[in-house]
Amino acid sequence: MAASFAALVLLLVLTIFLRRSQRLLITAGFSLAGLASFLAAGAGFLTVAQGMTFRIVVPLGLPDLPFHLRLDVLSGYFLMIIGLLALFVSIYSIGYVRGFLGVRPVTSLVVFSTFFLAGMFLVVLADDALFFMIAWELMAGASYYLVMFEDERLENRRASFLYLLVAHVGAIAILLSFGILAGLTTGFQGFEGYTFDAMREAKHPQALATAAFLLAFFGFSAKAGVIPLHIWLPEAHPVAPSNVSALMSGVMLKTAIYGMMRVIFDLIGVFPWWWGALVLVFGLISAVLGVLYALLQHDLKKLLAYSSVENIGIILISMGLSMIFASFGLTVLSALAMIAALYHTLNHAMFKGLLFMGAGTVLHATHERSMEKMGGLIKFMPWTSALFLVGCLSIAALPPFNGFVSEWLTYQAFLLSPALTNPLLNLLVPLGAALLALTSALAAALFVKAYGVTFLGHRRSRHPAVIHEAPWSMRIAMSLAALACLALGIFPTYLIHWMDPITKFLVGDTISSSAAGFGWMWLTPIAHDRASYSAPVVFVVILAVVAITYLLLHSRAGTIRRGPLWGCGFEGITSRMQYTAMSFSMPLRRIFGFLFSIKEKVHHLPPTTHSAFPGRLQYHLRVRDRAWIWVYQPISDASFWISRRIGRMQHGRIQVYLIYSFVTIIVLLIFSR
Amino acid sequence: MTIPSSLIETTQVALLLAAAPLFTGWVKMVKCWMQGRTAPSLLQPFRDLAKLFSKDVVLAENASWIFRFTPYLVFGVSVLAGAIIPVLSTDLLLSATADVIVLVSLFAIARFFTALAGMDIGTAFGGMGSSREMTIASLAEPGMLMAVFAVSLVGKSTSLSQMTAVISQGGHAMLRPSMVFALLAFILIALAETGRIPVDNPATHLELTMIHEAMILEYSGRHLALIEWAGMMKLYLFTVLGIAAFFPWGISLNNDLPAIAGALVFLFLKLGFVGMALVLIETGLAKMRIFRITEFLGSAFLFATLGMMSFFMLE
Repeated sequence: MAASFAALVLLLVLTIFLRRSQRLLITAGFSLAGLASFLAAGAGFLTVAQGMTFRIVVPLGLPDLPFHLRLDVLSGYFLMIIGLLALFVSIYSIGYVRGFLGVRPVTSLVVFSTFFLAGMFLVVLADDALFFMIAWELMAGASYYLVMFEDERLENRRASFLYLLVAHVGAIAILLSFGILAGLTTGFQGFEGYTFDAMREAKHPQALATAAFLLAFFGFSAKAGVIPLHIWLPEAHPVAPSNVSALMSGVMLKTAIYGMMRVIFDLIGVFPWWWGALVLVFGLISAVLGVLYALLQHDLKKLLAYSSVENIGIILISMGLSMIFASFGLTVLSALAMIAALYHTLNHAMFKGLLFMGAGTVLHATHERSMEKMGGLIKFMPWTSALFLVGCLSIAALPPFNGFVSEWLTYQAFLLSPALTNPLLNLLVPLGAALLALTSALAAALFVKAYGVTFLGHRRSRHPAVIHEAPWSMRIAMSLAALACLALGIFPTYLIHWMDPITKFLVGDTISSSAAGFGWMWLTPIAHDRASYSAPVVFVVILAVVAITYLLLHSRAGTIRRGPLWGCGFEGITSRMQYTAMSFSMPLRRIFGFLFSIKEKVHHLPPTTHSAFPGRLQYHLRVRDRAWIWVYQPISDASFWISRRIGRMQHGRIQVYLIYSFVTIIVLLIFSR
Repeated sequence: MTIPSSLIETTQVALLLAAAPLFTGWVKMVKCWMQGRTAPSLLQPFRDLAKLFSKDVVLAENASWIFRFTPYLVFGVSVLAGAIIPVLSTDLLLSATADVIVLVSLFAIARFFTALAGMDIGTAFGGMGSSREMTIASLAEPGMLMAVFAVSLVGKSTSLSQMTAVISQGGHAMLRPSMVFALLAFILIALAETGRIPVDNPATHLELTMIHEAMILEYSGRHLALIEWAGMMKLYLFTVLGIAAFFPWGISLNNDLPAIAGALVFLFLKLGFVGMALVLIETGLAKMRIFRITEFLGSAFLFATLGMMSFFMLE
C-alpha cells in the first residue's frame, strides 16, 4: 500500500519535470498510475483474503488531531475495486489521452487524475472523520477539475459547477453526521471523538443516531446520484474525458456506497428496520426512474450515466434488504443480501468501466456523442464492438456474465423475505421484487438500443469520415475489463468464499459454507434444494449446443450468397430510414411518458414543388427530468429570491456597514450578557 | 427398474426437439378444424423445417457476424431451457444447473440477440420489430418473473424440479390465492411471449402489425429454419413450464420405468388439451393495437404481483 502511494507521489514529481514532453508524460504518468493501482488492488485483495486489519496513525494535520488510517476488510474490498478498475483505465488512458496531443496541454489531466486516484484510495483508508473529509474533498475537488478539462465548452462549465454545488451540499451533510456521532462519544465536550474507533465504541441514543443516519444517507446519496439527488450525474459524467467518466461512474460513486456501509453497519451498528426500508425505497426509485431516463437519451455517454443511477439503485436495494434482515436478527439472510450488494458494486465497476471505455473509443474515432449519427460501427471497429457487447450483456444481467449473478442473489434475498413478520414490509418486499424485475427488463431494452443504434445497421452520419479501430492500449484495457466480467460471472463461488470476512465484519455471519456447499461449480446460497445456479455448466452447455449445431449444418457446405435488403418493393432504401435511438424508445416513451416532462412539436413545412406532394416535417422532442421542475427549480428560484432581498441591504457605503456591525454587537451583548 | 437421470435428460431433449414441431402442427390442425378448413398433416412443420434446411442462405448485404450467430445461439438456449424444465421426471441431470430465474434469463438472451439481429440489417422493419419486441418484453418479463416467484414461494425453492415436486405432492396447492393469480398472469404472459393472438400474430406478414416476424424478415435457409424451430420450441417450453408449475400431476418423482411411461401419457394428454385451449383463445379474440398491449401486459404484471403479495399477506 505504501509502495502504491510512493508511485503516486513519484508520478506527481515526474509531472513537474515532464511538462515539456507531453507524449512521454502520458506514457510514464499513466504507467505509474497503473502500477500504483495494481499495488492498491493487490493490497486490498490480500487484506480481504486473510481478514487482516492494519492501522497507522500519521502525526500530520492539526495539533493533537493526528490522521488515523486503517485498512480492514471493508476498505480492502473497496480498495480492490478502485485499484482494479483504475489499473484498466490507466492502461486505457495511455492510448486515449494521446488523442488530445496537439489539441490542448494534458498536464492538468495527468495531475488531477493522480489526485483523484489518491483521493479515492484515501477515502476508503481514512479512520477518522477529519481525514475522511479531507480525502473526500480531495476526491471531489480533483474530479471537478477533471470535468472542467475541456473548459471552452459552456456545457462543461455548467456541469462542473452543478457537480461542485451538489458535492458540497452532500459534504456538509456528511460532516454534520460525523459531528453528531463524534459529539455523542464525548457528550459534546471534547475533540477526542473524531476517530471512527471512538464512534464505534459509543452508545448512540435512538433519536440522534437517526439524525446522523439521515444526514449521512443524504450526503452519500448526493455523491452516489440517488434520485432525486442525481441531477449532476448525467451532466458531469458525459462531458468529462472518457477515461475520467469510466472512473467516476465505475468507482467514484462506489466510495459513497462505501461511506454508507461504513457509517450504517460499522459506526452505528444497531438500527431499526425502517432505515433499511428507507434505503430500499430510494433504491427502487433510483433503479426504475434511472433506467427509464436512460432509455430516453440519445447521447451515448449520457445514457450510460443514467444507467449508473439505475445500478446504484440496485446496490441500494440489496443493501436495504440486508439492513432489514439485520434489524430482525436474521444474520444469514442479511449476509446474503450484503453479498449481493457488494458483488453488484464490483460488477458495476467492471461493466460500467468497460462501457464508458467503449463509448470513449467510439468518441475517439467518430468525434460524435449523439447515437443518431452513428450506426454500422461493427464493421470498422470489430474489437471495440465485440467488447462493448460483452459490457451490454453483463449490464443487461444475462447469464453467464457477471451482472446476472448479483441480480440472481438479490432475487434470492427477496424470495427469502417471508421470514419477516412485519405487515408493512410484507407489502413493500413483493412490490420491490416487481420493480427490480421491471428494471432489469427495461435495462435489457436499453442496451439493445444502445448497442443496436451505435454499432449495427448502416452509418447514419451524412459525412462519413474514415473510422479506425482503437490503438492497442485501449483494446487491451477493454479486453481485461471484459475478461473480468466473464470471470466474475462464471466463478462466483470463489469470489463469495473470498468475500466471507467482509460479511462477517459487517453483519456477523457468512453464507459461504452453504454457497459452495454443493461443489465449486454450483452457487447455492442457503441450501441446495432452495436454489442453485451453475454458471460454468450453463456457459459450456450453450457453447456446446451452438458448436454442435454449427458443425452439423456446415458439414454439408452450403454457399452463402449476399443479396440486397428487401424493401417491400420500395427501391430507394437509405440509411435514414432506419430506426433511430429516439424512435426505438418511442413505445416506452408513450407508456411511461407520465413520469417525464415531454414537449413534442411537429412543424409542417410548406410543400416545395407542388401542393399535391407533402412538404418536409420537422420534429422536435424535449424530454426533461421532473426532478428539475419539482425539486431544483423551486429551490433555485427561492435562493434567488432570498439573495435579491438580502442584496438590498448592500448599498456600498461604509457608513451603512458600520451601522450593521454596531447593531450586531449590541444584539450579541444583549443575548450573551 | 430405475432409469439413470442422464438417460431421462437425453430423452427429454429429444422429446423437446420432436414434440415442439408436433405441438405446433397440432395447434394449426385444431385451428383449421375450428375454422372449417381442411387441416394439413401433423407432420407439416417437420416438412417446412426440412425444406428450409435444404435451401441456400441469402444474407443481407451488410449483415454482420451477430446476424449469423443469432440463430445458433437462440437454438442453443432453447435446448438448454428444455433440459431444465421437468417434463417427465423431476430427477434431471441438469436440474441443479439452472433455476427458474436462469430460465427466464435464457429466454431473455434469445430475445436480446434476436432484437440485435433485427437492428443489424438496418431496415425500418428490423428496427421496428426490435423496438416493439423489447417494449413488450420489458412488461412481460417482470410479469413472468413475478408469476414464477409466486409459485416458487409456494414451492419454497426456485429450483424447477423442487417446485414441481412440492406442488405435485401438495394436493391443495392450486387452491391458494397466490397460485390462482400467478396462473392467470402466466397465461396472459405466455400468450405475449410466444407471440400469439391477441399480442402478435404468428401467421401474419402484414407489415404494420407484425412484431416477431419483422425482426427475422431477412433470414433464410438454415438460419430461418433454426429460428423457426426455436420458435416452436418456445411455444412448447412455455406450455410445459405452465404444466410443470401449475398442473404437474402425473409427473414421475422417481425414475421408475412405469412412472415415466405414465408421465409421457399424461404429458401428451395435457399438451393436446392446452393446444385446444390456445386455439379457443386465438379464434375467439382479435389482435390488439400495439398500445393496447400495455394494458394487457400491465394487468398481467399486476396479477402476478398480487399473487406474490397475497402469499406474503395471507399465507
